[in-house]
Amino acid sequence: MLGLFLRRVLVSIPLLGVVSFLVFSLIVLVPGDAAVALAGPDPDPAQIAAVRERLGLNDPYLVQYWNWLSGVLQGDLGDSLFTSQTVWSSISARLPATLSLAGLALLLAIVLGITVGSVAGLRPGTWIDRVATVTASVGVAVPYFWVGMILVLFLAIDNTLLPAVGYIPLTSDPVSWLQHLIIPATALALAPAAVIARQTRASVATVMSEDYVRTAKAKGLSPVRVVGKHALKNAALPVVTVFGIEANRLIGGTVVIEQLFALPGIGQLAYQAVFARDFPVVQGVVLVSAVMVLMINILVDVSYGYFNPRIRQS
Amino acid sequence: MPTADRAGESGLLEVDGLSVDFATDHGWANVVADVSFHVGQGEIVGLVGESGSGKTVTGLSILGLVPSPPGRLAGGSVRFEGRNLTGMSERQLRDIRGNDIAMIFQEPMTSLNPAFTVGDQISETFRRHRGGSRRAATARAVEVLELVGIPNATKRVEAYPHEFSGGMRQRVMIAMALTCEPKILIADEPTTALDVTIQAQILELLSSMRDTIGMGVLLITHDLGVVAEVCDRVVVMYAGQVVERSPVGPLFDEPRMPYTEGLLLAMPQVGAASGRLASIPGRTPEPWNMPAGCRFHPRCPYTEQKCTERPIPLLAVGDDRHSRCVRTAELELRGVR
Repeated sequence: MLGLFLRRVLVSIPLLGVVSFLVFSLIVLVPGDAAVALAGPDPDPAQIAAVRERLGLNDPYLVQYWNWLSGVLQGDLGDSLFTSQTVWSSISARLPATLSLAGLALLLAIVLGITVGSVAGLRPGTWIDRVATVTASVGVAVPYFWVGMILVLFLAIDNTLLPAVGYIPLTSDPVSWLQHLIIPATALALAPAAVIARQTRASVATVMSEDYVRTAKAKGLSPVRVVGKHALKNAALPVVTVFGIEANRLIGGTVVIEQLFALPGIGQLAYQAVFARDFPVVQGVVLVSAVMVLMINILVDVSYGYFNPRIRQS
Repeated sequence: MPTADRAGESGLLEVDGLSVDFATDHGWANVVADVSFHVGQGEIVGLVGESGSGKTVTGLSILGLVPSPPGRLAGGSVRFEGRNLTGMSERQLRDIRGNDIAMIFQEPMTSLNPAFTVGDQISETFRRHRGGSRRAATARAVEVLELVGIPNATKRVEAYPHEFSGGMRQRVMIAMALTCEPKILIADEPTTALDVTIQAQILELLSSMRDTIGMGVLLITHDLGVVAEVCDRVVVMYAGQVVERSPVGPLFDEPRMPYTEGLLLAMPQVGAASGRLASIPGRTPEPWNMPAGCRFHPRCPYTEQKCTERPIPLLAVGDDRHSRCVRTAELELRGVR
């Protein structure tokens, strides 16, 4: 297992290099010039040129990249062009909100998806299965920001059960933290939960007719053990795969949800930075998000090894 | 509706008038019809028939493992040490499965769970029925792996099923079944998926285990060669019914049912004079479309008017022998010895 993990981490390093280059290159492709924006109102060409020189924008492209990358490798993502903060301090201040939102949403998606999927997959063809399948199809189809707004309407405005917007750090008040996150996390979790449920249903239904499940029953094991141990571990592989895909999508979804619910996360930071043409911040946020996605993929790959011994040993 | 042909009093396992239906597109189809036989202690009974004759469903229904839906028990009883298994709750049955009555299956490649070590899967059975520590269960797993002839068992308990060959996996399956020293082992086509030399080893293993543990074995097979090798008695099934029941020797010498004769003639004989194998013409009938009268009559070379008129009962035809053929007394059927 450890070997598999280390191998996957090693493979990720060149990938991260490519990602960093793409992240940096994005800025060149984006319309708008930070130097123009920074030079103040009605700037003359000399002022703009001075700003360009100060930011190193006149250096050859690869030199710019190298300067940025060597900073990144030392943990320095640069400074924001507009605030006096370093990029890393802006990001790290906002990371807890994003991690809380994404973590809670992923947890909800897994619990909900696997429960509904297993219940349906154990009884294929029954009304329970049909209800679950239809619900899942609807869940995949509705946009998460719409779900968010509907939930706010019912749970925060019509009935004041939960707060509509805002964020309280976990460390200052865990209950309030949870109350503020339930609606946004649910909105974000619904579609991935539906996809996971559909995959789990198909996977469990297939595995339950496998010979080794019959063997497990013939050993006198209880249904809980037959399903929980023998079936689910084998059904898990395809589920883990869609989980990886959905988790990556969910991280993208945090940008909109943080905006909608006024959550001070890095999605919101990215949104603001893009409109301000604050390139170092955009680069930092995209890089940090890319690292999160890579870490999820590593976890998914390593879990393949847990679920399938053949992968572990190859 | 159990019939007059009581299976016998001495049976450790007594199947009496067992009937199983399956839901099909054509309504309920009766796939096991009034099947009766018994398995005594230390005895190997062969349950023989073509694919679709209902032998596997019979084996599964002894342990209540027929998937439902689509299957349902339509009648009859299974008694084990005098206790009625068919009347038991699922919870009570679970205490019997793997403990008093164990079962092994045709496909050793797929019958073991690929995600767990063989040691885990064997010791799981032991802990389920005997409790005790993980360490004791693993020790037991090593013991039974040694018993079935897995070399280097202390190391091999840590291995996964894909690290074993087909024959070795079937040994593992047998080891798993023997963990709690069951009184009855149901072996459903245990050698069918294996090549011939391995087949012989597995059969030898089964009969030596019978001798060591003293268990009764119900050996489900389509292969009369396998029956000849290890069985004491034979139950021949056709289209869901028992069509002949007999000790092994007499069945091979002098079958009392044309279907059995057909099976015997279809067996390859070493050193036989004729180069061609006889095959039984036609196919097994679909369960929703059974012929009237004797179910075998459309394929039988000896069919007469009386074979087609009404269902044929299982008739006693001598010493511990039964045949479901109305013409059994008048026919002289060919054996293979």
